[in-house]
Amino acid sequence: MNSNSTKARKKILIILTQSPYSGSLSREAIDYCLAAAAFEQDLELLFTGDAVLQLIKNQEPSAIDQKNLTKTLSALPIYGIDKFYVDSNSLAQYGINDNLCLPTIKVDESEISELIANADTILNF
Amino acid sequence: MNYSLVILGAPYSTQSATTALNFTKALLKNGHQIYRIFFYHDAVHNGSELSTPPQDELNIPAEWQKLKKDHSIDLVICIAAAVKRGILDTNEARRHEKSSSNLSDCFELSGLGQLVDATEHSDRVITFGP
Repeated sequence: MNSNSTKARKKILIILTQSPYSGSLSREAIDYCLAAAAFEQDLELLFTGDAVLQLIKNQEPSAIDQKNLTKTLSALPIYGIDKFYVDSNSLAQYGINDNLCLPTIKVDESEISELIANADTILNF
Repeated sequence: MNYSLVILGAPYSTQSATTALNFTKALLKNGHQIYRIFFYHDAVHNGSELSTPPQDELNIPAEWQKLKKDHSIDLVICIAAAVKRGILDTNEARRHEKSSSNLSDCFELSGLGQLVDATEHSDRVITFGP
């Protein structure tokens, strides 16, 4: 890759791995996505592992003094982020059905490999 | 090649910062450029001026400060993540009416736009942590 290629609009893949309320990284990752969207970056989000729990509807985190993450997640399409991928194996592992808080595309291992291969930059949160 | 690093782990809590530090030294040794190191999430604690580990342990915050002095590497700490965790420079301490500040002057407090800028201008962006 030469320095000229950095001037083109890059495809950024955000890999999310954290459960919604185990720590603050899940929220800080979404904060990054919102900031990147404000700078008109080309973002794709992949929810894998524990992060699929972020997509469950009707969460009530006020019971543990946390802000509802799905409210922020659901706002992402308003900011122009509309490519959401979810690891089908992780969904199956947790027994989560299709009723998610975002319109997602299910992907298997080989499709995840493709997402990673096609991204210019990857950030892991 | 032009690299940027994103660090997410606090020193002494996880291996994140130490691995990133070793990686940084390896990059410099091999003639690569470092565009920026961005400290996010718990990694904001790397900027503490007050960190005082035992003498027989690596002083991780001091190692970053040395890299800044020797190689002028751009060390940026996310301001929102830092202030929330009690890492403040003199400006922020004044603004939030705190009696003291603790950010080393080798680091700069700034926003997530600096991370966006780093992804735009680097050939590689490597995440370390949490």
